[in-house]
Amino acid sequence: MNAVAKTVNLVKIYQDGAVPVPAVRGVDLQVEPGEFVAVMGPSGSGKSTLVHMLGGLDTRTSGEIWLDGKRVDTLSESAWALLRRKKIGFVFQFFNLVANMTVGDNVELPALLSGASPKVARRRRESLLAALNLTDRADAAPAQLSGGEQQRVALARALANEPALLLADEPTGNLDSRNTRDVLRLLGDVHKDGQTIVMVTHDARVASLADRVVSLFDGEIVDDGRIVRRRTGTAGEVIDLR
Amino acid sequence: MRLHLLALLAKEPAHGYELKQALEQTFGSAYPSPNIGQIYVTLGRLEKDGLVRAVDVEQSNRPNKKVYYLTAKGREVLEIWVDEPTEGPRVRDEFFMKLVLAPLTGIADRMALINRQRRHYLSLMSDLNELLSRTPPTDRVAMLLIEGAMLHLQADLDWLERCQEDLA
Repeated sequence: MNAVAKTVNLVKIYQDGAVPVPAVRGVDLQVEPGEFVAVMGPSGSGKSTLVHMLGGLDTRTSGEIWLDGKRVDTLSESAWALLRRKKIGFVFQFFNLVANMTVGDNVELPALLSGASPKVARRRRESLLAALNLTDRADAAPAQLSGGEQQRVALARALANEPALLLADEPTGNLDSRNTRDVLRLLGDVHKDGQTIVMVTHDARVASLADRVVSLFDGEIVDDGRIVRRRTGTAGEVIDLR
Repeated sequence: MRLHLLALLAKEPAHGYELKQALEQTFGSAYPSPNIGQIYVTLGRLEKDGLVRAVDVEQSNRPNKKVYYLTAKGREVLEIWVDEPTEGPRVRDEFFMKLVLAPLTGIADRMALINRQRRHYLSLMSDLNELLSRTPPTDRVAMLLIEGAMLHLQADLDWLERCQEDLA
């Protein structure tokens, strides 16, 4: 089976002023189907840039990007847009919902754009809203929702086209702990159903749900490994952090 | 554990096993189950120090049990404990000492130390997540204890990141 996403010696150098700023410096990463990968690292380590490049939201300077066995870094902007609609879901820290569309339409639109029939798109919208306990908010405008609700809508929207790859950039960065818990539960659920996820996060609770943590530092991968679940016998041992 | 037992005895006199049960019921599944032997040893010491006193209560068909109650001196010690601010968490962290000192000897590389420690913290966090999901939401004390442990761990991870930025 093909890797869902793969990068080969991926480099991004921003050339804003006179001095070029390298953000990602030769990253080789392979994400297998069904994997949940958390990307961590200090700010400025290149995490967001990497994930944005995986979703075609930022162009690479050099190196290769492959999605589902197909090379994509050479695609035109319009070809990327098509590919994104079909294969990628994106969740950001600030929900980026379409303000003048209802919650339900926000969720339905990506399914329609990805080529689903109106009937299928509607069914998908209804099942996602139900799964996220948002059914009775379907006709509300995004601005009428709390931050946590908006992020749940954003997640539903990202999943509406049944993406091969769900990309998330600090999806809980703006949420209080109760809403974080809701979003976490959802991410855990879709992952259990086989959703491949690559997520940038600072939140260790979120990261500890992942199968694998990739640590970036100065634009390079400095650590890449599985999270060992120790399953200690007694609860007390876990709490007694000293 | 001395002061925890004093606090429970301030509520009502109790024997050793009742104290164990009271601790378990109050703190729920998240807290290490107290060792009954340790409770008896602690009660013995508290008695010797004059903070509690014991009376023998006769039981039918069983040996007498010792019921402990708080003395005036015990109450005074308890009140001092409650009124004092409590020490904050340690800052002279064992890992930090390792991080600073080990590379000087050439034994270890800082980046490797940080990476290993990050994985360890994340695996602890994953245990806490698991524990939280197994804890009934009605068990509020246990939930808060777990959330507290998670927040401490998040702070340790954030600090690890700062160490990485400045030292690695």
